Amino acid sequence: MTTPQSNFLATAREQQALTVQKLVAILALFMTLVLVVPVLLILGVLAVEGWPAMTAGFFTEFPRNSMRAGGIFPALVGTLWLVAGSLLLAVPLGVAAAIYLNEYARDNWLTRTIQTAIVNLAGVPSIVHALFGVGAFVHFMKFGASILAASCTLAVMTLPVVIVATRESLQSVPVSFRAACWSMGATRWQTIWHVVLPNSGSGILTGIILAVCRCVGETAPIMFTGAAVMISVLPESVFDKTMVLSLHLYNITTQISGVPRELPFAVALALILVVLALNSVAIGFRMYLRRRKKW
Amino acid sequence: MTVPQGNRATHALDHRDSAWYADFAARVLVFAGGVSAIVFLLGILAFIATEGIDFALNRLDWADFFGSSAWRPTAKPPTYGALALIVGTGTVTALAMIVSVPFSLGAAVYIGEFAKGRRREWLKVLIELLAAVPSVVWGFIGLQVLSPWIVDIFQPESGVGINALNAGLILGLMSAPIMTTIAEDALKSVPESYREAAEALGATRWQVVWRVVLPHARPGLSAAVLLGIGRAFGETMAVLMASGHSIRIPESVFDPVRTITATIAAELGETANGSDHYQALFVLGVLLFLITFAVNFTADLIVRGRRKSR
Repeated sequence: MTTPQSNFLATAREQQALTVQKLVAILALFMTLVLVVPVLLILGVLAVEGWPAMTAGFFTEFPRNSMRAGGIFPALVGTLWLVAGSLLLAVPLGVAAAIYLNEYARDNWLTRTIQTAIVNLAGVPSIVHALFGVGAFVHFMKFGASILAASCTLAVMTLPVVIVATRESLQSVPVSFRAACWSMGATRWQTIWHVVLPNSGSGILTGIILAVCRCVGETAPIMFTGAAVMISVLPESVFDKTMVLSLHLYNITTQISGVPRELPFAVALALILVVLALNSVAIGFRMYLRRRKKW
Repeated sequence: MTVPQGNRATHALDHRDSAWYADFAARVLVFAGGVSAIVFLLGILAFIATEGIDFALNRLDWADFFGSSAWRPTAKPPTYGALALIVGTGTVTALAMIVSVPFSLGAAVYIGEFAKGRRREWLKVLIELLAAVPSVVWGFIGLQVLSPWIVDIFQPESGVGINALNAGLILGLMSAPIMTTIAEDALKSVPESYREAAEALGATRWQVVWRVVLPHARPGLSAAVLLGIGRAFGETMAVLMASGHSIRIPESVFDPVRTITATIAAELGETANGSDHYQALFVLGVLLFLITFAVNFTADLIVRGRRKSR
């Protein structure tokens, strides 16, 4: 007869299952690491190779010697122009779309069509956005290749990012807040303006930061809509062409020969640092919000 | 006939003061914003289709377009055979999926089912940062870092490291974050009670995942894979820089290839507005749009169908 304790000992089969579980956990961890280690590796390689070229003048000087020397100042300024331009267009439109979807829309075919359109708009390849920008903004609207046309193209592209992030933050405002406001006799818009939006502001900001990120990194949509290879003056209006950081990296890497090796590495490092810093801020913001949430 | 007094009183609440007009204006504006996504999506298709339609209907030989790999738009007479470009796009996408599907799903299982607390948060943040790396930086990495590694490790006969394998690896890493994130969402949407029921029967964590969670999350996982395919298919800058850019049907993964996206990006700047070549690139654009639309739409249907069945 067996002792009572032996009933609680794992059988060989159970022990095997436990071993399998341990092995699978290790394998899955390994697979995760294979995906995340390259980010760190890339950062490391870019930092080591690009650091020597990252002097103070790198950020404040114009390129010299057909972009084989000098800094990235005009490209930085151009990137800022494009980010500002596309945000001015995409944020009001995206926030409006999110407000409509979350505060007004009923669950009908139109709402479902809008949601499908957002998902598919987010999936349109960037080069197709470029073709659209050339057809619609450069030629049809006669903006020419300019900051305006490039900003419009980028705005269409970042619209889904803004909509999705804003909608998420609107959703997180409890219905009871709205009900309390309505019961005081406020209109729907007064409720949205005075109660819903103030309570979702930081979430919307997170979405805006992510949109900025997208704008900074995109290359294909601006190649033919407003970015120039090399311009020796800063843009003065939205109808000028401009240099852009992302395209500058492409050009000095593939289009121009005789560029010193560390220069493109430094540009890539600058680009990735801007993007990662913005993303880290957005992520930190979101974590802070989640922890602080009062309701 | 007079309107009953009581009715008029309730209407008095509805008088048109400035707040009413503000509310009405806001409703109209916000609705316009709401439909903008549809307008833009249709606008994109309409614009790229009209730019290329004259050439597509009157002068393009469709049998050649899909059947020949002679893409020589600047030759005399020009030929527009897109087969090699389509095969090239398919090759790098397939390579990317071979790399990223198993690893992304593995990562999703680890992050969603095994990792706990702080480690889980960190891995999620890192995956998100992976998604944030700009495509031109990926292309640069492929060209300057991965290419010499491929030459060192595999020593291809051509002695060149920018080829289908390079672009496939880069694209795999690029499409991994979206697949991991969506797949993890799919795992998360499996009710906790299912896991508890299985655990109560004495199943190990892995048995729960393998027998209960994964089968239940299958539609969401396939949607994740489809979205990853869509991402890889439409990627431009990275393949433009890392694929080798040679128009031919590849025989091995070490052959350079050229994709549809890279062709548009490389040639659009050199064409005259409205020329046949310019229009041919827009035809390629329509092809890209339709394929990615089909892929994303299917993924959306799968996700939505699952939500409805709950």
